[in-house]
Parts: sequence; C-alpha cells; structure tokens
Amino acid sequence: MPGRPMEEGDLDVELVFRREYGRAVSVLVRVCGDIDLAEDGVQEAFTIAAQRWREEGLPPSPAGWIITTARNKLIDRLRREASRDDRQAQAALLHQRHEPDVELAVQDDRLRLIFTCCHPALAPAAQVALTLRLLGGLTTAEIARAFVVPESTMAQRIARAKAKIRDAGIPYRVPSSAELPERLRPVLAVVYLVFNEGYAATSGDLLVREDLCAEAVRLARLLAALMPDEPEVTGLLALMLLSAARRRARTGPDGSLVPLREQDRSQWDGRLLADGIELVRFCLQRNMPGPYQIQAAINAVHSVAPRAADTDWRQILTLYDQLLSFDPSPVVVLNRAVALAEVEGSGAGLAAVDGLPLQGYYLFHAVRADLLRRLGRVDEAAAAFERARDLTDNEAERSFLERAQAAATGSPGE
Amino acid sequence: MTQYLLSVPMIDGEPPRPPDDMQRAYERVARFNEQLRSAGAWVFAGGLLPSSSATVVRADGGEVLVTDGPFSESKEHIGGVWVIEAADLDAALAWAIEATRACGEPVEVRPFQENPGG
Repeated sequence: MPGRPMEEGDLDVELVFRREYGRAVSVLVRVCGDIDLAEDGVQEAFTIAAQRWREEGLPPSPAGWIITTARNKLIDRLRREASRDDRQAQAALLHQRHEPDVELAVQDDRLRLIFTCCHPALAPAAQVALTLRLLGGLTTAEIARAFVVPESTMAQRIARAKAKIRDAGIPYRVPSSAELPERLRPVLAVVYLVFNEGYAATSGDLLVREDLCAEAVRLARLLAALMPDEPEVTGLLALMLLSAARRRARTGPDGSLVPLREQDRSQWDGRLLADGIELVRFCLQRNMPGPYQIQAAINAVHSVAPRAADTDWRQILTLYDQLLSFDPSPVVVLNRAVALAEVEGSGAGLAAVDGLPLQGYYLFHAVRADLLRRLGRVDEAAAAFERARDLTDNEAERSFLERAQAAATGSPGE
Repeated sequence: MTQYLLSVPMIDGEPPRPPDDMQRAYERVARFNEQLRSAGAWVFAGGLLPSSSATVVRADGGEVLVTDGPFSESKEHIGGVWVIEAADLDAALAWAIEATRACGEPVEVRPFQENPGG
C-alpha cells in the first residue's frame, strides 16, 4: 500500500494479502468463472479489510473473511449490472453464498489456478506473469520491475493472457493423472524460472529479486503439499531450498559473486539445508528419479561437504551422468565437465567443454577460462574470462569475472 | 460447448508429398473424421484447392472489385479446415493432436465467437 505511512494495521493486511491473495482469487474464479471479476472482488475485499481490520483487528479467519466479502461484493455488482450476460456467474455466486465447506475446497482451487496459469497454450512469459499475479499476489508493477520490462508491457501481457484463457476456453481444473506429467512440466518450469530470476537475476532491483526467490519457494511448498505423490515436485522444492540456503554466502560484502568453492560455509542456512537434504533423502528412497531430483541431489552432495576440498566429486559426476540421460543438453554437459575436471583433471574437463555449442553463454567461457587457468594457459584463460564478462549484464558476476581474470593473469596455474 | 476451427496451414512452393504418403494421410483423415462424427464433435470439414485458385471480391460503396489470387500476400494459406464442437480448449487440443497426426501437418486451433453475428 504505497503512498501513506506504514502502520501496524497495514502490515497485517499486507501480510494477509500476500499470503491469501491466490487462495481467495482461486476460490472466486471457481465460483464466478471469470478471472477479472474474481480479482476485482478480492481487491475490493482487501480495500475494505484495510480499513476495518485496523479498527477491529484481524478476524479469526482472514482468508475466509476476504473470500466471503469478495463474493458478496461480486453478487452486489452483478445485480447492479444485471443487463450484462453474467447471469450464469450470478446464479453460481448466489447458489454458493451459504456453501459451508468453502474453506475445504480452497486448496484444490489453487492447484486448478496454477494449472490454468501454466497452460501450455500460453507463452512461457505469460505463464510466469500470470502465476505471480494471480497466485503470488504481486502487483503488475512489481512483476514488471522484476523482469525489467515497462509496466505497460507487463500489463498488456497479463491482460492478453487472461483474454486468451477466456476466449480460447482454457479450462479451470487439475489435469487427469494421464495428462499430469505433461502438464506438470510447465508448472515446475515456471516456478523454477521465478526462482532463478530471483537467484541469479540478469539485472533488476535486488529487493524484488529476493521476493521472487521467496515466492518461488512458497509456490513449490504449496505444490508439494498439494501433490505429495509427484517426485519431481519434491525434487524442485529440495533444489530450491538447497540453493536458497547458500544465498547469503554467494555474494561478498561488496556485492560481488563468491563461487561455491570459496564460500564461507558457516554462512549457509542450516535449516534450509537440513530441509532440502531431508527431501533429497525422501526422493532417493522413493527411487523415481527425474531431472529436478538429480539436480537437488547434486546440490545436497555439495552441501554436506564441510570444506570445498571434501566434496565427493565422484558422486557428483555419477549424478551428472544420470542427469544427462534425462537431459542431454549442452548446458548439462558443461556442468558435468566441471565435475569431470575435479575427478580426472582439468585436461579431461577442457576436452569435454571444447566444441560445445554455447558460444553465447557466459558460463561456458567462465568454465573454460577456469580450466585453462588451471592448466597454466594464461593468455587463453584471460581471453576466455574477458569473453565471459562481456556476455553477462549482472554486475556481481561481471566484477567476479574481472577479478578472476586479473588473478589468472597474475598467478598462473595451481 | 464452443466451436473451434482447426486449420491446416500450407506453404506455397513446398514440394508436394509423395503420392503414397498423401494416400495414407487421406485414409487417416477419413478415420479421424469418423471418430469426430461418432463422438458428436463433428460440425464440418474439408480440404481446399491451392491458393492460386482463389478470387477476392470487395464491395466498396457501389463498386465491386474482383481480383485474382488469394487475399493474403504471405506464402502461408489455409489448406484445409475442421470445425468441431468441444467443451473447452483441452478437449479441442486433444482433437487437434489426433488431427495433426492424421494429416501430418501442423494444426492451428482457434475458437469461434460464442454468438455468431453478435
């Protein structure tokens, strides 16, 4: 609620807003069948809440209060505008006015909403924007800032996606178990993309990016709670927890990037690590591996090493081999090469990297540069560091690469 | 129920598929059309002759202008269409997947307006 000083009451409403917005919108979409109507109703309810809760304090069930208020507001509005062809929605709203188990159905509604937002008939950028808007309760301005596009562009993207959902008849339901694996993929991709945008953002506002990480973890926790039998959902949550655990150690005091092997491991968040590792154990026991679970396992192996030198690179290499069988992409080959270099030497790593079709990817050059440096090929290393630096917009990564380049030129070999 | 147009884009100047390949596609499409009919999803279907056979007419006030050739100047034209009934986009996409497998070309799915003519 920008524009006026923060008071204690505001904080509560804002917290409830972030936590419950998606919940409320998802129920209202089911009830009235229209996303815009649902959002209008929920926003109106929060406006009333901001006033009333400050005077009377939080109600026992803020979410229930918001949902009921939003529904009543929608009924009033549809009555006023009864000439429109919303009679079906109106009937549904009236019918459900006294539905006693509205809270019970809520969880399923959020699952429905996320599958609608991440429908493959929507472009990935639209999936991400809609998910953050409808389930995360982020404002259009916040989403625009996080993805560094003008607010008008983001507003248009969201409006177009909503129109397509309505016009093309994208359904509001959880896919059948036969469709689920196919339909889950874009959902997980959206959540991971939100996380990565926050974690390794190419540019943008720091605070918003931290919000994105938290939002992605929250979405993954929600998915894991709603779909406990989907191993890749658990895998994605574990992967994000383990990455998030290293967040603080990942940047130095000057904001520059600290690579894994140089990180102060006491800075890692023990609770997040423990949660992540437990989920990885659970995945191993279930033994239905998939790309997210394997990446989480790789992270877990890093996490349990007390010092960088203690890292079990052989196990990591084995895991990368397994990952390659799911995802034989050049980026996975590149990451595997880092492990290979640790196990079989920098020469073997370099041989695996050279010739990969990743000329435009800064990490390709950063990995090559590091391997060349270790092999004592100083000039080539310096050139590769420079290439990597030219290819990233992220200030923290740039300054790290510049320092690495300077160090490589100054002290060849290891 | 919404009606959806499933259209098959064709690109001018692409070499024609071998006759026996086309024959098999026709047979698959005939079977697919049967499925549509027996599921009650069928509204209409048909294949079009090449865009070079098209004529455009345009009424501008009292004047009627008749011109040779397709309206669109692009190389892509519609080669054939289905009109189907489906409960929602997922149902329409499920038919479209069968359709693209049958004809061996990409299929575009597009909903009709709910109330034709307003």
